[in-house]
Amino acid sequence: MTDAVRRAAEAAARTSYGRLLALLAARCGDVALAEDALADAFERALRTWPVGGVPADPDAWLSTVARNRVRDVVTGAAARRTVALDPQHHDPGLLDRIEPGTLEDRRLELMFVCAHPAVDPAARTPLMLNTLLGCTAEQIAGAFAVPKSTMAARLTRAKKRIRQARIPFRVPDRAELPARIDAVLEAVYGAFAIDWHTTGREPRESLAGEALYLAEVLTEVLPDDPEAHGLAALIELCTARAPARRDAEGRYVPLEQQDRAVWDAELIARGHEHLRRAHLFATLGRYQLEAAIQAAEGADADPAVLLDIHRALHRLAPTLGSATSLAAAVARVDGPAAGLAVLDLEVGEQAFQPAWATRAHLCAALGRNEEAHAAYTRAIDLSHGAAERGFLAEARDALRR
Amino acid sequence: MRYAFLIHHAEPADGEIPAEAIEEMRRAFGAYGRALQEAGVLVGADILAGQQASTTVTRRNGSSQVQDGPFAATKEALAGVFVVDVPDLDVALGWAEKCPAASYAVLEVRPVATSCVAGEWT
Repeated sequence: MTDAVRRAAEAAARTSYGRLLALLAARCGDVALAEDALADAFERALRTWPVGGVPADPDAWLSTVARNRVRDVVTGAAARRTVALDPQHHDPGLLDRIEPGTLEDRRLELMFVCAHPAVDPAARTPLMLNTLLGCTAEQIAGAFAVPKSTMAARLTRAKKRIRQARIPFRVPDRAELPARIDAVLEAVYGAFAIDWHTTGREPRESLAGEALYLAEVLTEVLPDDPEAHGLAALIELCTARAPARRDAEGRYVPLEQQDRAVWDAELIARGHEHLRRAHLFATLGRYQLEAAIQAAEGADADPAVLLDIHRALHRLAPTLGSATSLAAAVARVDGPAAGLAVLDLEVGEQAFQPAWATRAHLCAALGRNEEAHAAYTRAIDLSHGAAERGFLAEARDALRR
Repeated sequence: MRYAFLIHHAEPADGEIPAEAIEEMRRAFGAYGRALQEAGVLVGADILAGQQASTTVTRRNGSSQVQDGPFAATKEALAGVFVVDVPDLDVALGWAEKCPAASYAVLEVRPVATSCVAGEWT
């Protein structure tokens, strides 16, 4: 099993947690209270099940105990005495025994709450990871490269705000739905983009598996949204290549030199299936285009076709990332000088690592070694990962030979 | 649940706003007030006089202090307050967006923590 698939499997085991929490939080409107009550129910299960046996319907048991706990707290019937659920100490197998199919699914409502316009954008992705997957503040802090206390405070503030302002657990009306779905997609994409666009993290801190799982959940609860399928396809196709992105020594390997035998075929197949589903709706979107680029690159498509998709993407959703990819695509078709012209026009001097790495490669291809050297140095300074830094430093040293 | 819409904007000088614009806004606020009333969500609404008319009261330092002028002189000042009683934040935001003041001012939508109804705090 590849690392990505193992992570996805782990994430899937958290389905029960996300479903139970969504159900409880939707009922009481208070995420923190729902978490406490659920942790309390799990704790009680750990004490009583080994003695009295596992109940016939464990999820109903947990849901009932947690709901009673919420009621006790709300009515002040009990003093608070809960501990947070800790997978390190509490039996993780417990979650496997729960059959969540019988519970009402309110995860979409929870996702809309996490990505509500009244919630700080910087808290939306962490909140989804924390509530739908049960990731701890410490794990999320690691992935976002912020101190644990900072992330914990951000999550606490957001949950307090959801309760105080009474942000509703509901699917928005038709009129506001498109903008609200965009915010949800953006937040799920955020979990994936930590890895992808900042080039930042070491593999052990990666949230690729979690992003994959969130995207899959989103297609389950929003089966008729083409962009939800597009996003799932994008994350699957990128994650499928993760094992090939580093060689045996842990060095970064660019796409064209990757060993395709280690790409995850099952994930690629799932990505293509989502892309096909998305195309059925015949409406174009940013995530579908990004996924189409990944699919085309993986299938060695004609560079001219790829250039067309990059152009469409940059028109539809211009970002530093889309501009840089467009420059690289132009360079493949019309030569490095044409690619550089796109970078000059669209990105300029901005501090964006992939743009500087691309600029360095293009300058080197044109024999402009001094500029290439300076651009490599800038890209190395902007890289967070040791593998990437090593790859760029090697390319920079090769200029001298 | 009660929400207050706190309207903030830079106060215009006397005569800065043309009479016809004031009249148009008065009609818009009239329609908005009737819409809130018909929907049964209106608790009360007041548009405030300019902050030069404001007096600040505090006992934060022990004894009662009454000062002329607003709490803090800022460019944007509190200009009015609506209080609505609606089920949740989305409904409150929906009404706030429809408020004519949203066209020239920033509305801060804040949950009411506790209210005094007929002399009793809820």
